[in-house]
Amino acid sequence: MKILVCISNVPDTTSKINFTEGDTKFDTNGVQFVINPNDEFGLTRAMWFKEKQGAAVHVVTVGGPQTEPTIRKALAIGADEAIRVNAEPTDGFFVAEQLAEVVKKGGYDLIIAGRESIDYNGGMVPGILATLLDMNFVNTCISLEIDGNTATAVREIDGGKEKISTTLPLVIGGQKGLVEESDLRIPNMRGIMMARKKALNVVEPVDAKKPTQDQKFEKPAAKGPVKLVDAGNVGELVELLHNEAKVI
Amino acid sequence: MSVLVYTESLKGKFKKNAFEAASYAYKVAQDLGTEVTAVTFNAEDDASLGTYGVSKVLKVTNDSLATFNAKAYAEVLAQAAKAADAKVVVLSSSADSKFLAPILTAKLSGGYVPNVVAAPESTSPFVVKRTAFSNKGFAMTEISSDIKIIGVSSNAFGVVENNTSASVEDFSPSLDDNAFTVKSVEVDRVVGKATIADADIVVSGGRGLKGPENWNMIEDLADVLGAATACSKPVSDMGWRPHGEHVGQTGKPVASNLYIAIGISGAIQHLAGINASKVKVVINNDPEAPFFKAADYGIVGDAFEVVPELIEKLKEFKAQNA
Repeated sequence: MKILVCISNVPDTTSKINFTEGDTKFDTNGVQFVINPNDEFGLTRAMWFKEKQGAAVHVVTVGGPQTEPTIRKALAIGADEAIRVNAEPTDGFFVAEQLAEVVKKGGYDLIIAGRESIDYNGGMVPGILATLLDMNFVNTCISLEIDGNTATAVREIDGGKEKISTTLPLVIGGQKGLVEESDLRIPNMRGIMMARKKALNVVEPVDAKKPTQDQKFEKPAAKGPVKLVDAGNVGELVELLHNEAKVI
Repeated sequence: MSVLVYTESLKGKFKKNAFEAASYAYKVAQDLGTEVTAVTFNAEDDASLGTYGVSKVLKVTNDSLATFNAKAYAEVLAQAAKAADAKVVVLSSSADSKFLAPILTAKLSGGYVPNVVAAPESTSPFVVKRTAFSNKGFAMTEISSDIKIIGVSSNAFGVVENNTSASVEDFSPSLDDNAFTVKSVEVDRVVGKATIADADIVVSGGRGLKGPENWNMIEDLADVLGAATACSKPVSDMGWRPHGEHVGQTGKPVASNLYIAIGISGAIQHLAGINASKVKVVINNDPEAPFFKAADYGIVGDAFEVVPELIEKLKEFKAQNA
């Protein structure tokens, strides 16, 4: 089995979000970039398939040279090879078209992406990719087993979960649950040393349209101070929620 | 030309997000000088969509579509979009809508923007406001493709009544085996309880509750309020509560009218996930907890004393207002 894990290079979850250039760009100043958490769960599951079922695992990102430390980290965690498509990922359809090209050339059986990136939250890349390639697709996937050509997955739905049966080739939009938080791996020194020798192939993008463009960003309006209610007077909170906030 | 809306239903009954999506579609149709066509799947009261501005219903009745199937539903919507000459397709932000929207986008070669929180800023160019950076920001996004696909955030634009009379027409899509290559084996859905996705009120517990054995209190409070229960990331990581309850940046987003956080300190990742809620209440014994900076109302105190007291007061309130 040949697996491709799609990685998005995103600001660390603790990052403060600011915008620059007249609020048209995300301000990367002082921001630490990481593997998108939803992708990291998928990468870790792919490592399991590598170790238990002998899968080959490649990782891919669409991004400029500044994304290479993130993709090297994926190699240090244990991926065999990496591909970087040298283009800015400003539109989900464009990114999916780039990945489709990589999948066609590489002949992958299973493509694992995150359900969404935590920066632009488009959540569309895996589904568009699957459809462009006429592959099966399971989103918000929290469990995945592969047996030969058959895949059994569980996806999270509103208010529960759904067990799904399908076949390879398959695209997954993954999230926490594919593996547990405690299963995530921190690269060790040996992994980091080995990652330096692994191939990181840079390819140029194919022509593709960009149907959406972010024109301007803004931050949420500043909030007023909290209204404190004394712990000995809980009834006042009920009163406020009813009469002032009007939510009960 | 028309605006097409996908209306979600469960066992024949429309979900609230169907009415939100229809209301939004009506606003877009008004801006574009056209009408709303809805697609329904095995729904019972199709004509009721007229209340929210739908002029025409394409009614799909098909046993093979009894359970949601993203690939098949997307194929139906793609065929309906062509039949109705749709320039805009409106969906919700539910797990199902987010599953099928990208498939539909590829089929229609459209431009898709999810998490849209307001009516379009303009329709030429077509610009919508959406959340980005996991609710830490907003983006004004232009959609320049011929067909525009919009995922409306829950509890943002809201349900708006625009009494229109809706005509209902049977719609029979042509579906081959290729539409059913991803099969639902089993659906495990909590019944009779509000879900985080569509609850008006969410009650959420954190590490401050000390252990899973103390969750009765959270559930009792949720019961009194008709609320869904949720939890912080550490709580789900430690296995105190199921992952499905984890709300925050890497968990489920919450956009309820009221969010009550008990024993949750308010890490930036947690706040990002619940920021879209309209009114936030925090109960925490640490006055320095960052949640107090993000909340509208707060009580500094021991949750084990405050919450039972709050349940009592709410019961009294309900008895008086019944």
